[in-house]
Amino acid sequence: MDLEKLENDAIDGVAQLQKQLVDYSASLFEEAFLDEQFNQLQQLQDENNPDFVVEVVSLFFQDAERLVNELAKALDQQCVNYKFVDKSVHQLKGSSSSIGAQRVQRACIAFRNFSEEQNVEGCVKCLQQVKHEYLLVKNKLENLFELQRQVVAAGSSLPR
Amino acid sequence: MLACNCIEPQWPADELLMKYQYISDFFIALAYFSIPLELIYFVKKSAVFPYRWVLVQFGAFIVLCGATHLINLWTFSMHSRTVAIVMTTAKVLTAVVSCATALMLVHIIPDLLSVKTRELFLKNKAAELDREMGLIRTQEETGRHVRMLTHEIRSTLDRHTILKTTLVELGRTLALEECALWMPTRTGLELQLSYTLRQQNPVGYTVPMHLPVINQVFSSNRAVKISPNSPVARLRQLAGRHIPGEVVAVRVPLLHLSNFQINDWPELSTKRYALMVLMLPSDSARQWHVHELELVEVVADQVAVALSHAAILEESMRARDLLMEQNIALDLARREAETAIRARNDFLAVMNHEMRTPMHAIIALSSLLQETELTPEQRLMVETILRSSNLLATLVNDVLDLSRLEDGSLQLEIATFNLHSVFREVHNMIKPVASIKRLSVTLNIAADLPMYAIGDEKRLMQTILNVVGNAVKFSKEGSISITAFVAKSESLRDFQAPDFFPVQSDNHFYLRVQVKDSGSGINPQDIPKLFTKFAQTQTLATRNSGGSGLGLAICKRFVNLMEGHIWIESEGLGKGCTATFIVKLRFPERSNESKLPFGPKLQANHVQTNFPGLKVLVMDDNGVSRSVTKGLLAHLGCDVTAVSLIDESLHVISQEHKVVFMDVSMPGIDGYELAVRIHEKFTKRHERPALVALTGSIDKITKENCMRVGVDGVILKPVSVDKIRSVLSELLEHRVLFEAM
Repeated sequence: MDLEKLENDAIDGVAQLQKQLVDYSASLFEEAFLDEQFNQLQQLQDENNPDFVVEVVSLFFQDAERLVNELAKALDQQCVNYKFVDKSVHQLKGSSSSIGAQRVQRACIAFRNFSEEQNVEGCVKCLQQVKHEYLLVKNKLENLFELQRQVVAAGSSLPR
Repeated sequence: MLACNCIEPQWPADELLMKYQYISDFFIALAYFSIPLELIYFVKKSAVFPYRWVLVQFGAFIVLCGATHLINLWTFSMHSRTVAIVMTTAKVLTAVVSCATALMLVHIIPDLLSVKTRELFLKNKAAELDREMGLIRTQEETGRHVRMLTHEIRSTLDRHTILKTTLVELGRTLALEECALWMPTRTGLELQLSYTLRQQNPVGYTVPMHLPVINQVFSSNRAVKISPNSPVARLRQLAGRHIPGEVVAVRVPLLHLSNFQINDWPELSTKRYALMVLMLPSDSARQWHVHELELVEVVADQVAVALSHAAILEESMRARDLLMEQNIALDLARREAETAIRARNDFLAVMNHEMRTPMHAIIALSSLLQETELTPEQRLMVETILRSSNLLATLVNDVLDLSRLEDGSLQLEIATFNLHSVFREVHNMIKPVASIKRLSVTLNIAADLPMYAIGDEKRLMQTILNVVGNAVKFSKEGSISITAFVAKSESLRDFQAPDFFPVQSDNHFYLRVQVKDSGSGINPQDIPKLFTKFAQTQTLATRNSGGSGLGLAICKRFVNLMEGHIWIESEGLGKGCTATFIVKLRFPERSNESKLPFGPKLQANHVQTNFPGLKVLVMDDNGVSRSVTKGLLAHLGCDVTAVSLIDESLHVISQEHKVVFMDVSMPGIDGYELAVRIHEKFTKRHERPALVALTGSIDKITKENCMRVGVDGVILKPVSVDKIRSVLSELLEHRVLFEAM
């Protein structure tokens, strides 16, 4: 009797977690933090590559961190090397679009326009924007992954 | 006295003497007158008498002689002068005529004599002809005898009858006292008395072969007269006072089958002769005539031929009987074998069906069980059950396949299939097993190996798997290499298969697969046994490796069905071994190269969902994008190499890479340069990998650049699975510049 109740509670708990995860995922997509590309990545995850998404996203975070720092340094210079800036922004744009970090990508596009115009202020402002978006999406993704881990730990496979 | 002109007779008138004279004269005259009459009469009678006038003369002579004597009658008494005158005249005439006749006869008599001579000559001739006629008649009779004899001899094929008949007929024809035949014994050193005419059952007298008289007879093909005292002729006990008749001996060649050569008349080079001895009756003073000897020789020859015919016939009859027996035995054996095969097939069919049904149940239910929740131990157990039942199912299938293969009832299922993917699948299947054993497996597919081929994909894969599986099974460490390429005619000839004659043609090519391993190797003496069913090499190393011993036998059957050849080489135990096989496959219809619409085999409207083993290269300097693209391609089953720099790309790229994805939107790096360099490196179109540009924007400049450097496809970033999938599908059908968005 008690065992049954416990089981039911456990099942309820898992179901709740799952619901939480699904809702959270949906919100991320709605708020344009992530786009379709992220779904693609998630589809690539299978028994051969169980941590594909996490790996790629981690890679993105590392890359983005580095790029943002470099951009900050570059824009601090007296004589801004726009070529370098352009290249870096382009890279960041590419990375973010690859993992589906939509808002970061949009910020990068805007950044690039300014960089083509060689507008320093515009660039700096954009850089701020990019940094902001990047940190946001990082946070969100970390939450998402945590939720996923919990669901997995609770004993059922991730909902797709 | 009166003066009468009387003439006094000379003689005194003695009356008796006168009387006698008177009478004699009278008769003389008579004869003299009648002789001419007779002559005339008979000459008139005969037609031919050339000398008539001689006769007249003769007649005159005789008549006058007669007249003289007649007139003489009157001179016995007193006679007148007239009588005397007449008498004188008659005498004178007679004298004249007789002289004339005498003179005439001198000429005539030689003629008459020569007539006589000719007559005599002709008579002699006639006598001679008569004699000769007699001879000819005799000879003709002899000839008739020979023919009859030969006919008798040749009318039978029984050796005994032939010989007996010969002797009987010869005896009859030539009226012989005894006739005997001596045959050589088996040893060839003696002659044994085999047949005689008079004695019914000759006792086995033998004489040695090398008597001078026998040699003399054997050395000539004529009938030779021999002494009646020679050992071969002393057949009957003769009382002393009998003078034995002449004896003749002749050789009878015994011809063998081997003497009769085609296009060659048999030469009497055979050394085997029989001896025929013929004896004339004793006390007959008869002698051997030439024609009789000839007869004997002819008969001897005929006998030889007849005997050979008899011998040949005997042998052929014996051979035919033997063949008939063998045929019957073979037929029986064949029927028994067929029955056995049928029984075995029935047994196998039933057993297989009976075995398969429960096996399928086990496999199906185990698979289902796998899908449910299981504890790790349970999962392990279920996996083991599944593996074992799969193995058992394979074994059952193998046995059934093998029996069908041996019957010849197995037929290949021919269809078009992706040849490259077969190898990749095998590679993928074997890699996990090999990695557990820490063996490295390398797969090398030649660039000129057609992508598609027509053949039996399932059996080919089974063969490759079996061979590769064996390599893995029997290797404890090291590496395994699989190479596949199209066998050219030079390489087709350099292996040990004397009865494998591959024929090149436009429709077919020969696929050669070589699997080399560095494992336990095989003793060269065991190699022939490898392909026989159920034979296992009994070394310790292999005993633990399992395997039913059927795999290679089945592979060999499949390879043979595919008109190929399979063999294994090994330098010895511990030195690894190389398994090679060659099979014949058909080229697919070449719709790959042309710009024609898709053939029915290449599902035009279906996009390929998976590209197993497709070797691709990704060049992207952005780490994240690179990882994502790599992940996407890996998900599709490709064998991905990811690089970040152009130089690195060129370093890594080879003919095995089928597609190169290059990011062309890298600022500062001209991604197009890679395309150009690749075009330079691979000048032949079929060697060059397809080029796909990944770009963030498809504007006019990008398009122009793409066209300029000659890429085969463009993908707009961000890359997705579907985009890659569709691009790869299209690329593999034909290489056309298009865009995927």
